[in-house]
Amino acid sequence: MEGAVEKTEGKVRADVGIRKGLESLTPEKIKRVINRVFNAETGARIKGYREICVRCGLCADSCHYYLSHDGDPAYSPVGKVKQTLWKLLDKQERISPEELERAALVAYTECNLCRRCSMYCPIGIDTAYIISVVRRLCHLLGITPQYIQDTAHSHSVTMNQMWVKEDEWTDSLLWQEEEAREEIPTLRIPLDKEGADIMYSVIAPEPKFQPQLIYFAAVIMNECGMDWTMSSLPGWDNSDMAMFTGDLELMGRLKRAHFERAQKLRVKRIVMGECGHAFRSIYDVGNRWLSWHMYPVEVIHAIEFYWQMLQEGRLKVARKYEKPVTLHDPCNIVRGRGLHEKARDVVRAFCPNFIEMHPNREHNYCCCAGGGVINCGPPYKKVRVQGNRIKAEQLKATGAEVIIAPCHNCHSGLKDILEGYDVKGMELSFFSEIIYECMEKPNAIQG
Amino acid sequence: MHQIYGFVVGPLAWIAFAVFVLGSIWKIYSMYRSAKTRDGQVLAYWNFKYALRSIVHWYVPFWSVNSRRHPFVTIVTFTFHICVIAVPIFLLAHVILWDYYHGIHFWSFSERVADVMTVLVILSCLFFAGRRIFLREVRYVTSAMDWVVLIIVFLPFMTGFLAYHQIGPYQVMIILHILFGEIMLAAIPFTRLSHILLAPLARGYIGSEFGGVRKAKDW
Repeated sequence: MEGAVEKTEGKVRADVGIRKGLESLTPEKIKRVINRVFNAETGARIKGYREICVRCGLCADSCHYYLSHDGDPAYSPVGKVKQTLWKLLDKQERISPEELERAALVAYTECNLCRRCSMYCPIGIDTAYIISVVRRLCHLLGITPQYIQDTAHSHSVTMNQMWVKEDEWTDSLLWQEEEAREEIPTLRIPLDKEGADIMYSVIAPEPKFQPQLIYFAAVIMNECGMDWTMSSLPGWDNSDMAMFTGDLELMGRLKRAHFERAQKLRVKRIVMGECGHAFRSIYDVGNRWLSWHMYPVEVIHAIEFYWQMLQEGRLKVARKYEKPVTLHDPCNIVRGRGLHEKARDVVRAFCPNFIEMHPNREHNYCCCAGGGVINCGPPYKKVRVQGNRIKAEQLKATGAEVIIAPCHNCHSGLKDILEGYDVKGMELSFFSEIIYECMEKPNAIQG
Repeated sequence: MHQIYGFVVGPLAWIAFAVFVLGSIWKIYSMYRSAKTRDGQVLAYWNFKYALRSIVHWYVPFWSVNSRRHPFVTIVTFTFHICVIAVPIFLLAHVILWDYYHGIHFWSFSERVADVMTVLVILSCLFFAGRRIFLREVRYVTSAMDWVVLIIVFLPFMTGFLAYHQIGPYQVMIILHILFGEIMLAAIPFTRLSHILLAPLARGYIGSEFGGVRKAKDW
């Protein structure tokens, strides 16, 4: 009867980072850290949620993992909390290494912190918060997955996610500026311009793997006539994997660097590229760690920026994007910040052939890459793909050719899902790609 | 028997109510203290407008998406909760007791209506037990405490029903009914039953976050 569940619970992918961390743990250390996290760092919510969860199981079929694993209860939100929080608090320092390993794997790789379950729980329990507290504990114990820990190290050393060195960063910017000037001779990417209206910030994968996104952003900024700048110095990266490993102190350093860069440049606001988790770190998690009720400098997500540009008439549609498109609502932007309607306004401005996927808006399914899961690296690609069959079905059902996914991690995650389930005839796009292709570029050289 | 009866309607009743009232106040206060000293986000982001918005959308049946996805559970759960609160307060027999012991007089259900509502509570408890046994996702997270709590709620209603219909030895049954009712009251602040007090607060908090910060609906 419980065979399938035990099989899931017992399933372990040996992660060298977690295994190495487990080796150096003692019951005393475990007890100390549990005490610290559950008696000093947390309070009402963790205590309260554990008590008033009535174990009704109504959260189960809100989770893409649960649905994609055909109702395996170990993947339900409450099931995940059972394997992590409850186990830790029940067993305390008597918890076995195997149980700790399972808890770490559940927290880091089997939950995307997407918050869909909080919308389906009758009590309103914030399961994502519980899992992030478990991650915090794992970080303090030193049992984090290897790849994402390396990313945290990158953040710590370089203040960006991808070990981008300072000269590599400016080189990338100048390279894209040079490329763009072949199309638009007046285009500049102003570096460190004090008093500009906007500081544009990106995540490190952009200079590393996707510099064309910087190109598109520069074109949009220039052609919309914006007074903007980018930072040549560290603080240019708005991403934050430390938030997802539980290294909150590092998260604080990163957010402080980012905001203080903007404050030093005395910009009026920060516009950030199409990213999900970075946005969440700025308005929801990182700012709170630093005791800012809200961001100290206003942060506008790219979607809202495009929407404003359309509203103000600065961004004009030169031609329509004829391919049938659908829109993936990224968790951190939609469930996280309510930008679903503005996103749709932007889609409809450019794309006459827009097909909704179902469910959508706040109820959309996560891509399974977010919450740091894809950042746990290649060992977990199968976990992500197997954990989101339901997404493949959702995408296939739209019949669209192009999926607009305004988030880098969603891109990668959805790409893996399309490949994993052999979904043909669909490709992924950012808003900026479509906008670049279809916008009026008054300063572009003709021909 | 009369001595036992005298005890359960006298000193034990006072104790049970005191534990319930003082315990509930302590529970809410200690949650508040915990939030104030170690979980400041709860208070910092609390927003009455969005808290109420969430509470209303969830406490009106079928307004939330998930309540529509589980219609039978929704019907049973709402029926159960309405009856489990209304019957102890407005049952004729209880209203008579308030009048007799304390001169407090208020409205009551007809005996017929209260009887039906009691049966609904009993059937609901059986339904919840069935969910715990037969549904994989509920079974996986069910522990002994969940059964204890369900039985604590079931017993006062079962024994009350039996006593009213004079099934079984009445004097024993009525004493058991009073005892189980008092156990239930006293258990509220100290078990899962505290969701009576805290669920609206949890709902309000997540509603505040979803509405005020995340600008999204949480239903």
